[in-house]
Amino acid sequence: MRPLSEPIVRVRKVGKSFGEHRVLEAVDLDVERAQVVAIIGPSGGGKTTLLRCVNLLETYDEGSIRVDGVEVGYRDGDGARRRPRGDRELARIRADIGMVFQLFNLFPHLTAAENVMLGLRKVRGLPKEKARERALAWLARVGLSDKVDSLPAQLSGGQQQRVGIARAVAMEPKVLLLDEITSALDPELVGEVLAVVQQLAKEGMTMIVVTHEMGFARDISDRVVFMERGRIAAEGSPAELLVRPQHERLKTFLSSLNPIHALERSE
Amino acid sequence: MRTAIESLPFLWQGLLVTLEVSALVVAISLVIGVVAGVGIVYGPRLVYWPIRLYSDLIRGIPVLVLIFFVYYGLPALGLNLDAFWAAVAALAAFKTAHVIEIARGAIQSIHYGQTDAAKAIGLTFWQRMHHVVFPQAVRRFLPPWINAVTDAVKGSALVSLIGVVDLMLAVQKVIGRTYEPMPLYVTGAIIYFLINYTLSSLSRRLETRFAHIRE
Amino acid sequence: MLDYPFNFSYIWRHFDRLWSGLILSLELALVSILIGMVIGLALALVYTGGGRLARALVAAYVEFIRNVPLLLLVYLVFYGVPSIGGFSYGPTTSFVITLSAYSGAYLVEVFRAGLDAIPRGLIDAGKAIGLNAWQRLVYVRLPAMFRIVLPSLSNTYISLFKDTSIASVIAVPELTYGAQWINFNTFRIIEVYAVVTPMYLVTGYGILFALQQLEKRFVIRR
Repeated sequence: MRPLSEPIVRVRKVGKSFGEHRVLEAVDLDVERAQVVAIIGPSGGGKTTLLRCVNLLETYDEGSIRVDGVEVGYRDGDGARRRPRGDRELARIRADIGMVFQLFNLFPHLTAAENVMLGLRKVRGLPKEKARERALAWLARVGLSDKVDSLPAQLSGGQQQRVGIARAVAMEPKVLLLDEITSALDPELVGEVLAVVQQLAKEGMTMIVVTHEMGFARDISDRVVFMERGRIAAEGSPAELLVRPQHERLKTFLSSLNPIHALERSE
Repeated sequence: MRTAIESLPFLWQGLLVTLEVSALVVAISLVIGVVAGVGIVYGPRLVYWPIRLYSDLIRGIPVLVLIFFVYYGLPALGLNLDAFWAAVAALAAFKTAHVIEIARGAIQSIHYGQTDAAKAIGLTFWQRMHHVVFPQAVRRFLPPWINAVTDAVKGSALVSLIGVVDLMLAVQKVIGRTYEPMPLYVTGAIIYFLINYTLSSLSRRLETRFAHIRE
Repeated sequence: MLDYPFNFSYIWRHFDRLWSGLILSLELALVSILIGMVIGLALALVYTGGGRLARALVAAYVEFIRNVPLLLLVYLVFYGVPSIGGFSYGPTTSFVITLSAYSGAYLVEVFRAGLDAIPRGLIDAGKAIGLNAWQRLVYVRLPAMFRIVLPSLSNTYISLFKDTSIASVIAVPELTYGAQWINFNTFRIIEVYAVVTPMYLVTGYGILFALQQLEKRFVIRR
């Protein structure tokens, strides 16, 4: 049980290498309950890798990642002998961490409702009718009541992503990880997805959001983190980092963005 | 032509043997092939290399060579099999290698994002296999596998070369009596054609039906 | 189990049969694939360009060949056709005809898929610079198609090389026939197949490797 003072996600000195290449270096990050933290930065900078370490879709070589007091990757925390967690333990930990993917990753052989129900039935152990009830409720919350029995192939990108969000949130996770969830969407579909996420944030969902959409990051997050070359280069409030950036390379990064993603220039 | 029709009962017996050989080969290769295919994808290195070696070696030689070796060679090493079982063993060994490749392809063609998403909602390895991987893998496995079944039926004709009286050898025996090769070869061809064409149409229909499942 | 007195000397004594058999197998496969390519390409063009009747005829040919055992086709051509045609030909000629027709049927599909896979933009570009249909075929579509199908052609050749073993049943002196000859005349079954199996394997993988090198140099991959 985590001490009340500990943030719900606690990342300490996390490091990771892919062969010769150092992907993450001494990363420290805290996320408090009901907080939204946005991670921005150039591609290859380690943002997605860090996010994927939180639910151990990627392993981390050094440091510690704790979600609600539990070390995600290893059995004895950051003790000397780090024994990797087994499949069942990982499954249990991951059940409480939700993730929404850039490429949606909906299960193509299941309908929207079945996609949302799978976790509820097999992981939360709900009987079929109850699971369907919950799934339908969540699909209604994301505005897809009329598509519950559609297959992913019959849905637009924005609709698929909203199913992806419903699928993750229906599990009632302690923290929601969003990995560039609008990057693969046509511009006109981005809005409907961001609206759903904004609503979730208002309702107090703890989130870590990796994104290229600076307006979204400014509007939704309590804190913004700028990552580059595997390290956190700057950190602060949205105003500090996005509206009036001080950090040199951060300024360079922001000005290099496609205007579609950048903040509107309202000086 | 009349002799062809009169010989139909004899051909029928041969056809039964053909179907028997094919069914055995298909069944054995399906079971071992799928297990080995899954093993090669998810198993440790120790399991991967022998299966890989087996698959590449067997597929690199003509099936006829394998049949001759099993039939003539194993007795020399002390293993005595009658022609029927030697043929089934050789054909099954050959087909298993193909099934392994089909199974492997079916599983590996599933986008890694699927297992990511399955892990993210907290499913265990076997749950992921059961609910996410296998349902998708089966749909990708079936069309090419049905083609492998037609290959097995065609390959069964080779058992005639070591004396097993299948449809092929039945056709030749009748020709030996009637001295009219063409009508009988054509009859035999039509029978093989009907069996395999039905199977391959099924495969094609499955492929279009499953197309909407694939992303 | 291994009460077997291994004796490879018999094999080396008759190795010339194996070696010449191997060469013959390669040649049979080569001739068959060349003729097969002509047949396959012609029929693929007929199929993509032709009307319903043409497509049905091509499909009938392809489906027949692909659903009947090669062994039966070999017998049909070697024993069956002469009996109604009145002429006769040697086993090697007969086998080449059979294998060419066989490979032609498989190559129709390869070429058809290759033609379909050509990016529309390439053909549009050809139209835009004023080439007529024939010129587009020769200067744009066929070259593009060959680049696309080269890997399939390599695999087909290697398959045909292995299929030449069927020729042994009509006494064509290729590699498997040589192996069986040695088997029946010296009873050195284990030794002969211990030699012939690597011969097939090394040749097969050798060709694969060589063709892959060729592909790298001549095929522009995007």
